[in-house]
Amino acid sequence: MGAMLAIWRREFRSYFNSPVAYFVITVFLALVGIMFFIPFFAQDRVSMRSFFSLVPFLFVFFAPAITMRLIAEERRSGTLELLITMPVRDVDVILGKYAAALSLLVVALLLTLPYAITISFFGPLDWGPVWGGYLGLLFMGAAFVAIGLMTSSWTENQIVAFMVALFISMMFLMVDRFIVFLPNSLAPWGEYLSFTSHFSNAARGMIDSRDVIFFLSFVLLCLFLAFRSLESRRWR
Amino acid sequence: MSSNELMIEVKDLTKSYGPIRALDGVSFEVRAGEVLGFLGPNGAGKTTTMKILTCFIAPTEGQVLVGGMDIYKDPLEIRRNVGYLPENAPLYPDMLVSEYLDFAGVIRGMSGADRKVAADRVIGQCGLDEVVYQEIRTLSKGFRQRAGLAQAMLHNPRILILDEPTSGLDPNQIVEIRGLIKNIGKEHTVILSTHHLAEVQATAGRVVIINKGKRVADGTPRELEQQRGGALYEVVLRKPADGADEIPAVFEQIDGVEAVEKMEGADDELVFVVTGHAETDVRSDIFRAVVDKGWVLLGLVRKQVDLEEIFRSLTVVDAGKGVE
Repeated sequence: MGAMLAIWRREFRSYFNSPVAYFVITVFLALVGIMFFIPFFAQDRVSMRSFFSLVPFLFVFFAPAITMRLIAEERRSGTLELLITMPVRDVDVILGKYAAALSLLVVALLLTLPYAITISFFGPLDWGPVWGGYLGLLFMGAAFVAIGLMTSSWTENQIVAFMVALFISMMFLMVDRFIVFLPNSLAPWGEYLSFTSHFSNAARGMIDSRDVIFFLSFVLLCLFLAFRSLESRRWR
Repeated sequence: MSSNELMIEVKDLTKSYGPIRALDGVSFEVRAGEVLGFLGPNGAGKTTTMKILTCFIAPTEGQVLVGGMDIYKDPLEIRRNVGYLPENAPLYPDMLVSEYLDFAGVIRGMSGADRKVAADRVIGQCGLDEVVYQEIRTLSKGFRQRAGLAQAMLHNPRILILDEPTSGLDPNQIVEIRGLIKNIGKEHTVILSTHHLAEVQATAGRVVIINKGKRVADGTPRELEQQRGGALYEVVLRKPADGADEIPAVFEQIDGVEAVEKMEGADDELVFVVTGHAETDVRSDIFRAVVDKGWVLLGLVRKQVDLEEIFRSLTVVDAGKGVE
């Protein structure tokens, strides 16, 4: 446990030791701001709905950008060997790194709260769906970060890790839109695996335990695969 | 802890990477308080062995005990007792030296007070005072290597495993690091790998030489010189008008001569390298043989085969005898 916390702290601080965190968060906030507020003033309703349909698409880029380095870079530079030959379990390494990336995502998410507060001055804002939406974004973000960590564990190349994570994340976000192209027998699976459909309840302010369980099991599966990939070095 | 306690026991260690055998049935032992030099050409399997000893990778076959513990059963416990410096000291470049040492201390479960004391100790031992608050990415190779060494010694481990601790350093830094290792060796069990012989002679009490995944020698430098070594004679003759071809045969008939090889020489000179036993001296016999035949002797030098030549003879099997 101590080792996991140490890795978490080291990774989280390392985001801020380089321009990565500042750059990625700034771009994220700027894009959200522009894409959310421009249409906002064109409509006459005080609602965060467009915010919640926008952020998942930015997450698809944001999450791989903050996770691609996590394991790939350590493999490439050899620091992984020194880390793993300290008395840490592979699982501490995975969880510590995952927690660090998720923390950065939470920071970015919290920094968008002023947007909600700002628009609440323009009229009555229904906070139920806002909190639900944020919780939903947290779960979906957790899944994207897990995908990113997993792909980072597969390669020594950060760019490859980024692209593969982007592709997988995009698939899970959009699979419900392809349902019309799927054979009928696969349609329910497409619906079930779609992040968007699991998120939509939350964005309406309803937290359904089935959605929570879906995202949590998705995260666990990705972390398990990352763990196996880290562990496989021993047998190759 | 008795000084004879076995710290590392490796039996029939084999590691295959697909079809490539990096290690092929290597066995050796290291006792407490020993400094073992692990010697071999590049690609001999030194790094692979070290990665197995530190439980980073698993062997294909064989039994390995580190500090009396099995690498399969107690990998975490082994890592607690081992300090490891991988090749090229891969430390996090974005951390300060002080941060890195603190991070290593936290991972090793040391309390805040212990970490402070331990960090101060290794900073002193490794001469890191002037770079403590410097980012690791800005360190010179020598300081980075020392920071890696400091990290490995932080928890005062019983066993230190150092993979090419002096590679890439300048001659002054090499002397410094060797001195440091020699000092550490007084209290710890140390395995260090290298392809520099001078390193072993300067630091290690015992040498294991491996080549192509196999152990080819094991002993103190002195033992190896006695077992493997012999004497080499360099004989230079004026090229005779005729009968030059019979020269090697004449030398080979001398008692105590094992081999004769013709080397390249100047146009009118012939150079031979004669190999003999370490105990005997056949210079007088060579001289007499030359005089009997009426040849002209231009030079005759005897030299004891040193570790360097033993190493070469053991590791350049394919290159052909002596021709290199």
